[in-house]
Amino acid sequence: MITKMTITNIHVIDQDSAYDFYINKLGFKLVDDIPMGPNTRWLTVSPPEQADLQLVLFPVTVSKMFPEEVAEKLIDLIKRGIFGCGVLTCNDIYATYEELKAKGVEFIKAPTQEFYGTEALFKDDSGNYFSLQPINNFDK
Amino acid sequence: MTIEEYPRIYLYRRIVQAKLHIDKYYAEKLDLDNISDEAHFSKFHFIRLFKSVYGTTPHRYLTKVRIDTAQDLLKQGKTVSEVCLSVGYDSVSTFSGLFSKSVGKTPAEYSNNYKQRKQDIEAKPALFVPQCYAYMHGWTENSNIEEVKL
Repeated sequence: MITKMTITNIHVIDQDSAYDFYINKLGFKLVDDIPMGPNTRWLTVSPPEQADLQLVLFPVTVSKMFPEEVAEKLIDLIKRGIFGCGVLTCNDIYATYEELKAKGVEFIKAPTQEFYGTEALFKDDSGNYFSLQPINNFDK
Repeated sequence: MTIEEYPRIYLYRRIVQAKLHIDKYYAEKLDLDNISDEAHFSKFHFIRLFKSVYGTTPHRYLTKVRIDTAQDLLKQGKTVSEVCLSVGYDSVSTFSGLFSKSVGKTPAEYSNNYKQRKQDIEAKPALFVPQCYAYMHGWTENSNIEEVKL
């Protein structure tokens, strides 16, 4: 029986920039930052109140997983904002929107009342996008 | 309804500014009077609004910011007394009590645990990275992952 998701990926273009975005702007907590050879590291963060979920800020660099042609295409798709990485929840969406905006986070959709509740969309520093929703959207 | 229409937008912005004020000046002698003044609210109105937005009082939030920052500073190798002063407490016993209550360990225990973990990572980084990731990313192929040092 599967019980939890413990580690998941977010493919990023630049790990230094991603570190700054997820830690200093979103307020995520650093879990591990382990050098793994030239220009790459095992970099994981957790949402502020979810220490048992690690997001791997996984660099798209040429490797067994990403041959050069694949890496180039993937970087292009990330930059174009093709990939949605999930839903992040907060207590109050308007306050969270105002705070993230003040910190320079780019929103592609301001908080908007939808049939399923209030939602905003923002991009990370690479181009991945997230849905931001108040936790009470899920009290159904 | 979009952002420009949402209710009480100016109240939200003032509460968020007060929260960001705490984030920035947590190490100073902050009290509720100067935080609520910063937000142009009466003290009791401010506490009520802050709690409705963040689910906690401004005072508890300030303590949380200080203890979170203290954990980061202890990880950087600062002493308990240095950290205590750096996050805005004059008394090490007050700081240690609040830290233990929040984190479940004393500052010294927290610092020692982190140092041990760092040593373990330096000695055997492979133990801390799932092998499927290391293999698919070529970390096991291009170098001996266990020899990679911090």
